[in-house]
Amino acid sequence: MNDVVPETHDVDMAVSDEVAISIESMNKWFGTFHVLRDIDLTVYRGERIVIAGPSGSGKSTLIRCINALEEHQAGKITVDGTVLSSDIKNIDRIRSEVGMCFQHFNLFPHLSILENCTLAPIWVRKTPKKEAEEIAMHFLEKVKIPEQADKYPGQLSGGQQQRVAIARSLCMRPRIMLFDEPTSALDPEMISEVLDTMVQLAEEGMTMLCVTHEMGFARKVANRVIFMDEGQIVEQNEPEEFFNNPKSPRTQLFLSQILGH
Amino acid sequence: MSDTHAHSVAYVRETQLPQQPPPTIETGAVKWVRQNLFNGPWGSLLTLVSLYVIYLILAGSLPWLLNGVWTTSNIRECREVLDGATGGCFSVLSERWNQLLFGIAYPSDQYWRPTVAFVLLIAALAPVLFMHLPRKLLIFTGLYPFIAFWLIWGGTIMVPIVALIGVGVGYAVYNRYVADSFAMGFFGGVAAAMVTWWLGGFVIGAMPGFIALEAVPSRDMGGFMLNMILGVVCVSLSLPLGIMLALGRQSSMPIIKWICVVFIEFIRGVPLITLLFVANVVLAYFLPPGTNFDLILRVIIMITMFAAAYIAEVIRGGLAALPRGQYEAADSLGLDYAQSMRLIILPQALKISIPGIVNVAVGLFKDTTLVSVISMFDLVGMIRGPILASTDWNGVYWELWLFASMLFFVVCYGISQYSQWLERQLATDHR
Repeated sequence: MNDVVPETHDVDMAVSDEVAISIESMNKWFGTFHVLRDIDLTVYRGERIVIAGPSGSGKSTLIRCINALEEHQAGKITVDGTVLSSDIKNIDRIRSEVGMCFQHFNLFPHLSILENCTLAPIWVRKTPKKEAEEIAMHFLEKVKIPEQADKYPGQLSGGQQQRVAIARSLCMRPRIMLFDEPTSALDPEMISEVLDTMVQLAEEGMTMLCVTHEMGFARKVANRVIFMDEGQIVEQNEPEEFFNNPKSPRTQLFLSQILGH
Repeated sequence: MSDTHAHSVAYVRETQLPQQPPPTIETGAVKWVRQNLFNGPWGSLLTLVSLYVIYLILAGSLPWLLNGVWTTSNIRECREVLDGATGGCFSVLSERWNQLLFGIAYPSDQYWRPTVAFVLLIAALAPVLFMHLPRKLLIFTGLYPFIAFWLIWGGTIMVPIVALIGVGVGYAVYNRYVADSFAMGFFGGVAAAMVTWWLGGFVIGAMPGFIALEAVPSRDMGGFMLNMILGVVCVSLSLPLGIMLALGRQSSMPIIKWICVVFIEFIRGVPLITLLFVANVVLAYFLPPGTNFDLILRVIIMITMFAAAYIAEVIRGGLAALPRGQYEAADSLGLDYAQSMRLIILPQALKISIPGIVNVAVGLFKDTTLVSVISMFDLVGMIRGPILASTDWNGVYWELWLFASMLFFVVCYGISQYSQWLERQLATDHR
């Protein structure tokens, strides 16, 4: 199988100079509530960024703006050289290049695991069905559940469903992956199997933005940790510095709360 | 927790307990009877009372059914044969079956045509209803409306052929331009189909006798056939229209949204019988004098709109029941609106809506009898009018209405059983 499906990226953790995502003074409101305030962020190809922060700080909203699940009202977002505007064609193009994993997996319950994985390649990329199935099996093997291909999402455990969701995104060969609290809805036993998959992905050089509370994952994988509070980026640093030597009092408080016991 | 008592509660399991079979339950018929029929004094009493009621019903109806007369030609002969004994005059059914099924005016030597159309209907519906049948059979389903029209109404075969060509041309034009813009494809397709039909009109006019069946005008349609025509056509038209209305009502484009809302609310707020009177009488005032706008077509339009408004609301419920995550997942994979609706949202929303849609479909099918009020001779119209009013059969109520109920019941019960089967087939969520 591996010979028909080339690896997604070269295996190295190096960060290139090439810009993958650039966000310039982006603002967003929900009604009158100012959720995101003047966000500036540049993500280079191959970066693994973990976004942390208390709930309601806008971290999910930030990554959902990147693939236009949420609309931003001011500022400029450029993904892979395409400017995110209200042009539907641009939005669809960016979405097919950017994979996303949700907290609640959002698998399609009426389709089998294999159909979940082949749907977008067949309809969006116009891949022939047989080839799409080969690609899907390749990625299902990668997340270590090829034997579940003919089952339905409802028959799988949470951890398995989340791995299928990752495989489903990977089948579109995204250049960037967004993770929106991928382990928050999982039983503790299942968190590690999903994190292992994400680590593996990071080792292959995927550009990743993860909203997560898994600080162990951040230490191990991230090359940059971003701390958000009240819709602003409060602090960003390399993980070593971020965890051992946080600068802002807000970050210190947050870290003491989640690492305190 | 504190570990103060840890030493006194320490425990390590050393042997794994094997699985045990469940306690043996008494089985067999005796057990079932005792549990379900004679479960305590009240249960036993209820069972006995129920048995007595069932006996009364059977004792009253069985002689009437079994002692029925099937061979006389009018009610007086029937009563002579019965001679005061209990028994039904079922001969009204054997003598008037043709009127009950086909109406009073459909030429009797042409009964084979609607019959063939009915048999073909089963063949045409099969691939739609049963998904494991080969998909190629859908080609016949697509052709069926044209075949059935020709069989039932007759006339030259050029009429359905021109209609079919028009649809084909319209679809081809739509396909050609839809990539540029949906509106251009849609209106281009409609215009192309119109032009084709207009040109085809001359062809039909030039060769009226080309492979022609005896033409039967709409006013000659009647009996259960009319109910079936209205029911089948209206259900199959109102489902796609209802889906479009439901999606339109959710649209982010205000004009489309408001058109759908106004349509649904208006049609739902008006009794069907009023709409039928509008179809029958009022519409004629608005049409230019001399236009011959077929009555059945007018009725079909009204019933379809009525059912579509209800189905739209049922489907809206199904759409609302889907988690937002399904829309977001479809979006995040790069599916466009049409794809995400067709592949992700509608399959799930329609599955949730099956009981509601079937409810509307069954109701609609029975509501087709309302056309008897605007003097169309459907099954109910036939019974109330020509049959009960005739001197031969004046006074035979039970037999006729029982027969009508049976016909409708068989169809509606079939629809209901099918829908339950379908729900089981589609159950993949393993709740």
